[in-house]
Amino acid sequence: MEKPSWASDDLDIERPSPARVYDYYLGGSHNFVVDRRMARQAIDLWPELPLIMQANRAFLRRSVRYLVRQGITQFLDIGSGIPTEGNVHEVAQAASPQSRVVYVDIDPVAVAHSRAMLPGNSRADIIQADLRDVAAIFNDPRTRRLLDLGQPIGVLMVAMLHFVPDEADPASIIARYRKMMVPGSYLVVSHATHEGSPDQAGPHTELYRRAGAPLIMRSRLEVEALFDGFDLVSPGVVFLPLWRPDSPADVDDHPERFAAFAAVGRRE
Amino acid sequence: MTHVDHEEFAWRWAEAIVGTSYVPIERRVLASRLLGLTHQLVEAALAVEFDPSVGRQVGVDMVAAHFTGTETLRETLALIAEELPGLLDSAPPGVDAAGRVAQLVASMAAGYAGALRERSLDEQDAIYRAGLRARRQAEQALAASEAKFRAMFTEAAIGIAIADLEGNITDANSAMQRMFGYTYDEFTQLNILSAMVHPEDAASVWETYEELIRGKRDHFRMEKRYYRSDGGEIWTHLSVSLVRDEAGAPAYQVALLEDISERRRLQNKLEYQAYHDPLTALANRQMVTERLGQIFAGPAGHRRVGLCFLDLDGFKVVNDSLGHDAGDQLLKTVASRLTRCCSAGQLVARMGGDEFVIVVEDTAGAADMAALADKVLAAMAEPIRVGDHELNVTTSIGVVELAVADTNPEDLLQAADITMYRAKRDGKARYVMYDRNRNEREVARFTLSATMLAAVERGEFFLEYQPLVGLADRVLRGVEALVRWRHPTFGVLGPERFIDLAAESGSIVQLGRWVLARACEQARAWHDAFGAAAPFVSVNLAPRQLHEPALVDDVAKILLDNRLDPSSLQLELTEQALMGDEAGPLTVLTKLHDLGVRIALDDFGTGYWNLPDLRRLPITELKLAGSFAVGLQSPSPLADQRIVAALVDVAHALGLTVTAEGIETPTQLERFRAVGCDTGQGALFAPPGAAEEIDALLRAASPLCDVSGESL
Ligand SMILES: C[S@@+](CC[C@H](N)C(=O)[O-])C[C@H]1O[C@@H](n2cnc3c(N)ncnc32)[C@H](O)[C@@H]1O
Repeated sequence: MEKPSWASDDLDIERPSPARVYDYYLGGSHNFVVDRRMARQAIDLWPELPLIMQANRAFLRRSVRYLVRQGITQFLDIGSGIPTEGNVHEVAQAASPQSRVVYVDIDPVAVAHSRAMLPGNSRADIIQADLRDVAAIFNDPRTRRLLDLGQPIGVLMVAMLHFVPDEADPASIIARYRKMMVPGSYLVVSHATHEGSPDQAGPHTELYRRAGAPLIMRSRLEVEALFDGFDLVSPGVVFLPLWRPDSPADVDDHPERFAAFAAVGRRE
Repeated sequence: MTHVDHEEFAWRWAEAIVGTSYVPIERRVLASRLLGLTHQLVEAALAVEFDPSVGRQVGVDMVAAHFTGTETLRETLALIAEELPGLLDSAPPGVDAAGRVAQLVASMAAGYAGALRERSLDEQDAIYRAGLRARRQAEQALAASEAKFRAMFTEAAIGIAIADLEGNITDANSAMQRMFGYTYDEFTQLNILSAMVHPEDAASVWETYEELIRGKRDHFRMEKRYYRSDGGEIWTHLSVSLVRDEAGAPAYQVALLEDISERRRLQNKLEYQAYHDPLTALANRQMVTERLGQIFAGPAGHRRVGLCFLDLDGFKVVNDSLGHDAGDQLLKTVASRLTRCCSAGQLVARMGGDEFVIVVEDTAGAADMAALADKVLAAMAEPIRVGDHELNVTTSIGVVELAVADTNPEDLLQAADITMYRAKRDGKARYVMYDRNRNEREVARFTLSATMLAAVERGEFFLEYQPLVGLADRVLRGVEALVRWRHPTFGVLGPERFIDLAAESGSIVQLGRWVLARACEQARAWHDAFGAAAPFVSVNLAPRQLHEPALVDDVAKILLDNRLDPSSLQLELTEQALMGDEAGPLTVLTKLHDLGVRIALDDFGTGYWNLPDLRRLPITELKLAGSFAVGLQSPSPLADQRIVAALVDVAHALGLTVTAEGIETPTQLERFRAVGCDTGQGALFAPPGAAEEIDALLRAASPLCDVSGESL
């Protein structure tokens, strides 16, 4: 009998996963040989990658703190990846203990691991879902339990939208999220770009493409366009380290080397 | 001082390692943590009791704080080895500070390595287990969905079967088993190409199947019959899909079968009902139309077609006197007799009421049909038993036999119908063979009568009026209303052209009512214009109208509507109308008379009534037939004159007035006047004309046709 289509086997640890490769960049050991092999290749081509990823995590941390300061205590972190130091719920709850976080990732291993790390935290949970399944995510009982959609929320899509191809129309996906976000909610995005690192961008995307996890670098304008319906919070769409740095010392002389844009928008 | 050195050391340490590891803290926080470690290291190096394991702990702490980058260790160890001794100026004498630093560095490296190893192994373990869990979950999800799929397959109300490309059935769900009456094990022994073939499958069924198996199509649907295991037949809606392997080659086939036997049965039943007469189970008019359509659809060639149109004689009497059940019984018997007269290819149908049709294809000539009609007449000759009654039922048959090329279904049916009417007129209980020439005349008549009602509505009829003049004073007493039909194709037609048709078809009732109403309206108009000088109107009644009990009410209402005194209206009827022994017409007439309406017996003297009978009739006037006028015109009119005189005397004795019709000459006028005739009508006074002409006469108010001075 033919295997019905809904039973597709989406677990394949023989192939590198962006979540685990990212973990390796960050110095973690939550990865397998295939992931490490790919990550080392990537670093060989682009030695700054670990620094870039650290800067991304730093932006994530800064943006969450910023949101808490704006009064946001509920977060929906899409493409949350493998838990590591400075997870969203840790940062948010350190700033405001009653903060609640729903993590979403498509990677079953990342989700299984997150779940193992989360028990005991009644204010955070994880759902395995595709970013595109907006209704499924918002209707999930865990979302309903943790998030009050009558109040503003922070939606994080950090280092994940570059995994969404143009055909999937990321802007329209975001528009569907926007409809679920009451005014005063925030959208946090960081996104890989070829602007500033044109030499590395090509081989890097090629590597991801061959690994079966195509990565789409986008321009500043394209990233800006994703914020349709949101007011960009100052300083707008900027290279990672330039988004509200903690101290001037944290800002590199060449922020463009970080090859990713960061931005936060407020739902009008 | 020393303190400041520690802080500076910590800052430089932070400088050296920031960015070498992912530590999600700010540089300030980092430096303050490293300051703590710096204090520990300095303390250890200066302690009285040197404990190198402090270095180990610092290494472990660094790993715990996530300073795990390879460069982090290198930078850290280099900094400590080179710069830490500079913080140990206060070392007590005898303490080998440099040696202690070296030991601290060594044990730090060991502690760091050990902790990092532990941590990596833990993380590896965690991710490995996460991988396992994820896989297990995926498998569970798959199993669940397969179970769901299996359950769906098993529980589906629709039959599902799977077969390989050779046609061997490999799986069949329970709906399938129920539908066919095979068990699962029996099913899996079957091959489609033997067990699933029905002898009446169209060739295309198995051609399509072959195409699917060979991968030329991926899908087909059709309605198909099968035999069940018990030999019964089922109709299914079949939908077959080809499943291909990963390389795209045909792998196996999945069939979905929906049992539509019930639906087919219903459909057949509905179809049957649409084409059959429920009472007799014969074909109905729809079927006749369909069959004729088929006959006339193909090329005509030399093919011929025959049709009998039958109508039972006197069926209405049976229905009215014995009731509808008896009527139905009779129709059923007739139906079965007709069926027995016909052979297989001949279609017997009931068209409705007591009308039947037999359609015969490919006749050789009229003789074929004549033989059939004879056979039918013979079959009907035997009395039919209905309940306690033995009924002698005869039938009139119109028979048509024509070349297909020369006619069409509608004309054929119409020709047979009209021919049947001829059979009725010719005396019933017979068949009449269609005669094209005669038929054309009939068709014209038929067309007239069929369109008459619509013509009344369209206002194609109108009235003319002919004066009725007092013979003594030549004063206009009344007018006779005469109906005309301004026919769009035939021009103006007089009543002789259509009144009989109207009577036959029954439209006389409506037409008659219209004439009455129109005439009374006109009478009203004259009254309004001329008061007491206005004439009464005389309207002809057809015999058929006297059979309508509603006539009395109609007349009363029309008079009322026009505010007319009943004596302003005269109704003329012929002697014929009062013939027969039915009481109805006489009753109606009496009521009309009682209303106060004048009643004239028209055309008197031509027929049946003798004078004494007149006494019984509720009439007010006699109209002498035109033949008397002809008689009075003759050179020797004495005999006629005497007869007329006698008639007038008797009429007067009975209180009736007398009108002479057909007065064309002054001689006739004078002679009628001489015998006491009251009024006259004829061309001498005026031919029938429009109401306006009567107006003119009334306005002139002079005696009509004042011929008194003329010689007689
Ligand atoms: C580079 S990681 C980012 C992790 C985290 N957000 C951060 O910035 O540190 C990207 C994550 O997005 C997830 N991801 C990729 N495509 C996704 C999709 N369509 N829906 C949900 N998650 C997706 C991957 O599994 C991966 O864990």
